Amino acid sequence: MKFRRLQTAATALTASALVLSLAACGSGGPSGGSVSADSATMWGLTGGNQASLQNSVDAWNSVHSDQSIKLEFFANDAHKTKVRTAVGAGQGPTFIYGWGGGVLKSYVDAGQVEDLTGFLEQNPQVRDRYLPSVLKNGEIDGKTYAVPNNNAQPVVLYYNKEVFDKVGAQPPKTWDELMALVPKFKAAGIAPFSLAGQSKWPNLMWLEYLVERIGGPEVFADIAVNKPGAWSDPAVVEALTKIQELVEAGGFVNGFSSIAADSSADQALMYTGKAAMILQGGWIYQGMKKDAPGFVSSGKLGFTTFPTVSGGKGDPANVVGNPSNFWSVSSKGTEAQKAAALNYIKDGMFTEKNTQDLIDSGAVPVVKGVESKLEASPDKDFLTFAYGMAKNAPDFTMSWDQALSPAQGDAMLSNLDQIFLKKITPQQFVETMNATVEK
Amino acid sequence: MASMISTRRRALSRGPSGWLAVPALVFFLVFAVIPLVGVLFLSFTSWDGLGEIRLDGMSSWAAVLTDPVTGNALVVTAKIIVFSFIAQAPISLLLGVFTSGAQKYRAALAVLYFVPLLLSSAAVAIAFKALLDPNFGMGPGLGIPALTQDWLGNSDLVLFVVVFVIAWQFVPFHTLIYQGGVRQIPASLYEAAQIDGAGRIKQFFHVTLPQLKYTMITSSTLMVVGSLAYFDLVFVLTAGGPGYSTRLLPLHMYLTGFKANDMGAASALGVILVVIGLVLALLLQRLGGRNRSASQLEGA
Repeated sequence: MKFRRLQTAATALTASALVLSLAACGSGGPSGGSVSADSATMWGLTGGNQASLQNSVDAWNSVHSDQSIKLEFFANDAHKTKVRTAVGAGQGPTFIYGWGGGVLKSYVDAGQVEDLTGFLEQNPQVRDRYLPSVLKNGEIDGKTYAVPNNNAQPVVLYYNKEVFDKVGAQPPKTWDELMALVPKFKAAGIAPFSLAGQSKWPNLMWLEYLVERIGGPEVFADIAVNKPGAWSDPAVVEALTKIQELVEAGGFVNGFSSIAADSSADQALMYTGKAAMILQGGWIYQGMKKDAPGFVSSGKLGFTTFPTVSGGKGDPANVVGNPSNFWSVSSKGTEAQKAAALNYIKDGMFTEKNTQDLIDSGAVPVVKGVESKLEASPDKDFLTFAYGMAKNAPDFTMSWDQALSPAQGDAMLSNLDQIFLKKITPQQFVETMNATVEK
Repeated sequence: MASMISTRRRALSRGPSGWLAVPALVFFLVFAVIPLVGVLFLSFTSWDGLGEIRLDGMSSWAAVLTDPVTGNALVVTAKIIVFSFIAQAPISLLLGVFTSGAQKYRAALAVLYFVPLLLSSAAVAIAFKALLDPNFGMGPGLGIPALTQDWLGNSDLVLFVVVFVIAWQFVPFHTLIYQGGVRQIPASLYEAAQIDGAGRIKQFFHVTLPQLKYTMITSSTLMVVGSLAYFDLVFVLTAGGPGYSTRLLPLHMYLTGFKANDMGAASALGVILVVIGLVLALLLQRLGGRNRSASQLEGA
């Protein structure tokens, strides 16, 4: 009898172990070294810059066999989770890929990344190659913990010229023009805007630009420094209200909340003409150049800046997006790994070839003296546009989800998702977000 | 000599030696009990996954228990358990009975039914995500307006779509269990029933179903407890959205821990998940009756 009861309990326990095995998710680091076990490790992102990064590391490894780098690639959303978990578990890569901002600060606070200030002082040529406004984003409390590693990524309003011609419309210069375009495209059976709502962060681009245009850069600057009640700024409520008006008017493609950005379905909707416009990062130009080369090279792809809002305080030249991506060096790596990492940053990145690779892929490298190369590129229209946007912006606000702490960023994305689904009101959003500041 | 035989007999009557369970218990201890204790400890701390682990009393528990998203996750999980059971149990039972027949074409069909089980959940989710896409999926592709729904973006519809995809993947597994169960029923029972004048329907209800009692309990336990662990499929298919519509408890735990980087709250959710799983599994075991090893063929 006793044994039987035990058996029952054991069966139940085993069944619950099924559930428990979930807790083991998210572990793991690199295994099986193809280069060598003590090589420096690097986790890059799949997508537009994959090829140029691979080329750069291959070129480095072919010359520096004693300081080789083992490179692996992951998709954006999966990478963000994986790298953080791995770093926390002491299994992170030597090169930590990032965006600067609040996430970088959490690594700095936990002592996980190397202070590169001294390295930059000893190697002024590294510091001097970057656009200063971009390099600044790798600093926390006046010290440099991350250096830019690829291209400027302003958020751009892309549009399909063919579809605009068919409907006889002009790209919107003001928010009112944008709203007026919605019924026009809907009548033609074309979705006005594509949006990868399932990934949540593309929704944020709308809020970032609207708050910028309505209230200027100070609104988010206050939010970013955790000023109590900063979310209550009327610009935030007005921006959220405008978003809900656009959703209400049917501005976004059918099923936007189930579209994921990692599959690039959002861009595909625009270049296949199912949607007229898309607000997305500068990097999707690289994606479209690869996935829809004919569409891009034939000049059907249009791009412009985000419309102005009447009565808004923000400078129309201001930009939101990612100033660049960055490499940090893990402080948990071996001395040999760190030395290899610093040497690669010094001599392996932004070589003549690497810079040209980036430009050829349709990206604007964040280094000085590339104007003539951009002019010579077949993609010069877009490249000079994006370069000018980044360079001439009086204020370049970093993507909010990266600028804030991870917990706040996640709460913001979840609640903004609810705004797009009209499940909560702008006031509820503001209250919830103000509560995260007090934490 | 005589005493040795009697010892062996006694040993046999007590069943196999308990030592045989040792390897399994060691694995269970290392991969289930020890992590469980760790999770219980973490639920009383606050930890962002990077910095120091700070003891924080009940604050994670308070945050989890007052968060409306947790309540919503529990409701969604309960719905998934109930709807999955309603969808899967009858279909797998009937398919299991059908495929247990000796006919050749049934064996061939059984192989076909089995195919979804060979695919990984992530692959199934990616395939269905593509098929159900309202702009590029099978609806617009084949030009069938009825299939051109916003399957995964409509909060009212998405739960049923998820239940359907889960059923598509797991019905084959339960069909297999039932097929095995039915094949073990002695033919003599059916012969006796036939002599008594029972038709096919009566045989099903009075012979097959009662004989499958324990098979049903096994299958139901796996279905219900398995529902608590659905993660990969839903994560890839909907990522818990739109909004919180398909944010199941395990998904909520994962997103809290690894997206919001709140390991304390995620651990508290993990403990809740384990407790619910244990209670459900124990309840289902109880349904089987106390005297589990008694013969099912008594009086046959």
